Amino acid sequence: MSALPTQIGALARRSIMRTARQPASAIPPLIFPVALLLLNSGGLKASTELPGFPTDSFLAFALAVPFIQGALFSTMNAGTDLARDIQTGFFSRLSLTPVRGSALLAGQITGIVVLGVLQAVFYISVGLLLGVRFAAGPAGIALLLVYAALVAVGFGALGSFLALRTGSGESIQGLFPVLFVFLFISSMNTPRDLIAVDWFRFLASINPVSYLIECVRSLVITGWDAQALALGFGVATALAIVALIAASWALGRRLERT
Amino acid sequence: MAPTNSIVVEQLVREFKKGPRAVDGIDLSVTPGEIYGFLGPNGAGKSTTVLMLTTLLPPTAGTARVGGFDVRKEGPKVRSVIGAALQEAALDPLLTGRDHLRLQTMLQAIPKAERKPRQTELLDRVGLTDAADRKVGGYSGGMKRRLDLALALVHRPSILFLDEPTTGLDPQSRTALWAEVSRLAREDGVTVFLTTQYLEEADVLADRVGIIDHGKIVAEGTPTALKAEIGRPSIHVIPCREEDRPRILSLLTRFGEQLGDDRDLAVRLRDGIGLADVIRAMDAEGVVVDDVELRAPTLDDVFLAKTGRTLEGAASGEDGAPVR
Repeated sequence: MSALPTQIGALARRSIMRTARQPASAIPPLIFPVALLLLNSGGLKASTELPGFPTDSFLAFALAVPFIQGALFSTMNAGTDLARDIQTGFFSRLSLTPVRGSALLAGQITGIVVLGVLQAVFYISVGLLLGVRFAAGPAGIALLLVYAALVAVGFGALGSFLALRTGSGESIQGLFPVLFVFLFISSMNTPRDLIAVDWFRFLASINPVSYLIECVRSLVITGWDAQALALGFGVATALAIVALIAASWALGRRLERT
Repeated sequence: MAPTNSIVVEQLVREFKKGPRAVDGIDLSVTPGEIYGFLGPNGAGKSTTVLMLTTLLPPTAGTARVGGFDVRKEGPKVRSVIGAALQEAALDPLLTGRDHLRLQTMLQAIPKAERKPRQTELLDRVGLTDAADRKVGGYSGGMKRRLDLALALVHRPSILFLDEPTTGLDPQSRTALWAEVSRLAREDGVTVFLTTQYLEEADVLADRVGIIDHGKIVAEGTPTALKAEIGRPSIHVIPCREEDRPRILSLLTRFGEQLGDDRDLAVRLRDGIGLADVIRAMDAEGVVVDDVELRAPTLDDVFLAKTGRTLEGAASGEDGAPVR
């Protein structure tokens, strides 16, 4: 039997090649979040004048958001690709090889992680070019890349789960707006303690996406904030574990091979 | 221990929830190096059988041994001895032919040093060397099918499953694929289990044919033996004038039983009756026709004799055959 790392490497390589050869899939996760970042940092600049706003640069404040937006785009792309494999029979072809189920999943997710880290490098580079200074320094940037990889595992596994359950790319694209709702009812544009509307503050406080964003934000504008880091890594780890378990279960259901 | 038969199936059944019994207790046996043609219309149960024999779908009941291994209990061992090109070439349009072969050689655990030579050998074998570095999305249907075949051969399987390998191909691509499949069986001793809805394909390629309809095998044997079972030739007439149709039909049915429906002026001749007898009768009664043709029995005649329908009619769903 082929060694597990070889199987994972082969499938991850395919996943990356697919993305690289589809500019229509590869570019939106890079461009749209940055475009929104630039729009928001221009339009919402006045927010920094609110008493208690943690920074005088809205760009630095909002730089956290593309990390999560990009992860959401990647979730959709990864899920759509896997669903297409199921629909076209490519998944059956893979099932006929000695490849292990765990390698199928790990290969897919490894590809997403590599792309997630590359996206993070792009967002960090954009931030640095636009004059954002990372409060946590180079070590914070390195930690940010690790965090991006962890978030990519969670969202990648979530996309894989949806693909394996539905087997339909259209269904996954239909779920995308639902995932985006979580982003919009988070602390993406305003610190939670400055949200004036009670119900919105409540929703943002129970929304795990807020903590994913605040973890990145803390490294950019605060420095080493143990609580924000613990909450962010905790939520990302929990998401990764739950999504991986769900995806493994769905894979078992989808792989009917004896 | 080498298996005496490459594929042995006994009372194999597959039922789908809220669906029909797609495969309904079939028995079949395929010997090593044989090309077995599994012929039937859409929805007859061909692909479901292939999915079970390739371990991708567990049987509801019955047993099947492929390469000596039980498909239900020894899935990984079965997969190690089989190659399969399933219905519709399952390829990634964004990868090149070579990318596909690279992925397949890695997943099939081909030793690293042998991967590139194997890729080159297979690309050459299926005539895709020049197109190897082009994305598959730009391949023709025939090229996709040939790549599909190459991928199925990466690990040198002793048994090959081909599910409707030439559906949708032009005649030239179809003939080229037949030649390659034939060569695999004759020269390399590969056992081939081939599903098809093309009579000609089964006739030309298969050593033996199993005809499946509504999940049951209704006939099995060599194409020659099956046609001989029908035995008698048929006569097909095209009238000069439409209004002569009932009169000609009445005349023809004196010499044999009618084939098809009233639109077809065709009869299967009774024993001892020849074309000359029919022509003489037409002359005597002053019947004028455009064309008279004497046809030797075909596999379609076998299908008709066994099911009461033509394969073409069954494929178009006239009989309400389940379509998967």
